[in-house]
Amino acid sequence: MDLPSTEDIIDDLAFFDDWEQRYQYIIDLGKSIPGLSEAQRTDDRIVKGCQSNVWLIESYDNNIISFDVDSDAVIVQGLLALVLAAFNKKTPKAILDFDIDGYFQTLDLENHITPTRGNGLRAIVGKIQELARQHA
Amino acid sequence: MSFDVAALRAQFPILSKTLGDKPLVYLDNAATTQKPQAVIDALMDFYTGTNANVHRGAHHLSDEATRRYENARDTVTKFINASSKDEVIWTSGTTESINIVANGLAQQLNPGDEVVATELEHHANLVTWQQACLKAGATLKIVPVFDSGELDIDAFDKALSANTKLVAFPHVSNALGTVNPIKLLTEKAKAVGALVLVDGAQGIAHGGVDVQAIGCDFYVFSGHKLFGPTGIGALWGRKSVLETWPVWQVGGEMIKDVSYQEATWGQLPNRLEAGTPNIAGAIGMGAAVEWFMAQDIPALQAHEKALLDYATEKANAFDGLTIIGTAPDKVGVLSFLLDGAHPADVGFILDKQGVAIRTGDSCAQPLMKRLGIPGTARASFSIYNTFEEVDSLFAALKKAKMMLA
Repeated sequence: MDLPSTEDIIDDLAFFDDWEQRYQYIIDLGKSIPGLSEAQRTDDRIVKGCQSNVWLIESYDNNIISFDVDSDAVIVQGLLALVLAAFNKKTPKAILDFDIDGYFQTLDLENHITPTRGNGLRAIVGKIQELARQHA
Repeated sequence: MSFDVAALRAQFPILSKTLGDKPLVYLDNAATTQKPQAVIDALMDFYTGTNANVHRGAHHLSDEATRRYENARDTVTKFINASSKDEVIWTSGTTESINIVANGLAQQLNPGDEVVATELEHHANLVTWQQACLKAGATLKIVPVFDSGELDIDAFDKALSANTKLVAFPHVSNALGTVNPIKLLTEKAKAVGALVLVDGAQGIAHGGVDVQAIGCDFYVFSGHKLFGPTGIGALWGRKSVLETWPVWQVGGEMIKDVSYQEATWGQLPNRLEAGTPNIAGAIGMGAAVEWFMAQDIPALQAHEKALLDYATEKANAFDGLTIIGTAPDKVGVLSFLLDGAHPADVGFILDKQGVAIRTGDSCAQPLMKRLGIPGTARASFSIYNTFEEVDSLFAALKKAKMMLA
């Protein structure tokens, strides 16, 4: 299934009034993305985050950047889905113009799941932005 | 029992902190311990009343700072029963302590020489020897553990030979909590003429360390895992070994005579302490040790054991939980896996409920690989933890299981 837009995600998360529902939503979001096959989860695709493994495959075609991600932790997978919603199948310009920090702040993740933790999220964001810069 | 955990907790300001509406349940003590008011005061007092550089004082403040700084060294000397304060070197922590020894060893190793460590090591007590051996063309031998996390003593015996130059092992495993039979291991290593380093990072805060009784050559530890500040630790070394140990950093404080073209080194302990030291840190660590020594240590040890026993009992009764590390002699650490849940996810859900634990490889990647697991969730206890906090851990785990498994 297609991921909801970033606007929808922001609306959905604002709707919940307890952390359990928010976490459950993020976990379910993670489960809705296809992830990677065993064969695709190679060591050279690991983005180093110290608590769980995160794999990233990125591609650039016809001015569109696409990527697939996977994690062995379901909450991290959910966080990756949040990034995917913002960046996947977008032009380099759209990626670079997108205020990812503002997005995380609006999601109120600071109080719930911090992207600065060792969960590889920052590294993924950095890698995608770097790719976008190369093709901008 | 005379031990009053509430009175003890009251001395640690951070323990009354709440996260949102949840009281903080701090179970990450193997990573770092909290600090009692006595330590916080000692740091504050130093900067508000005594700050000056040490060992060069032509003035009152410098004398006072030097006195406090060296008193802290005396305190640590007494605490570990070192035979002389010259044997206590201030370092930035366990990692630097081991680096001083490994750096010196690398200069003395030859091809064919061997260093022995164990599968239990955290990275500080592994990468150091590994790199020293690589530099010198020597061999690093790793003694295996059983699946329980207990060291294979027969394999340890077999790893030792006349070629063994140094043997290193942890007093207590940070990842699993295994307590090693350090006297026995030291005796065996000394029998083949090897130097012995005991990594005391996790052992020191449980009390009862007597370096002379152990019989090792080096015992290393950090202040911050012993209720003291970060950035300070100690290298204890036998005087006869340290006296001629290759110097570590060079510069001020550690020299005797200097000309533009050459220099000679000073006496212990200064010859291994270049530059202006971490004066406040050393004083803070001294205060922590003094504070700890003033407690009823056997009562603290009994409390810690009761906590771990209680947590282990609850873990065994928790459906879907597997304890990682089941050596008969353990202290402070309950590492575990929850069926169908990644440790990182367990950590997130526990954190949301105010319970702080460590998740991941506990800085012991090869050990996790050896055990065939991606890492663990690790709850680690200290003297100020309570049975109610153990209950909170398992209540939080129940929720994690509901959400994740």
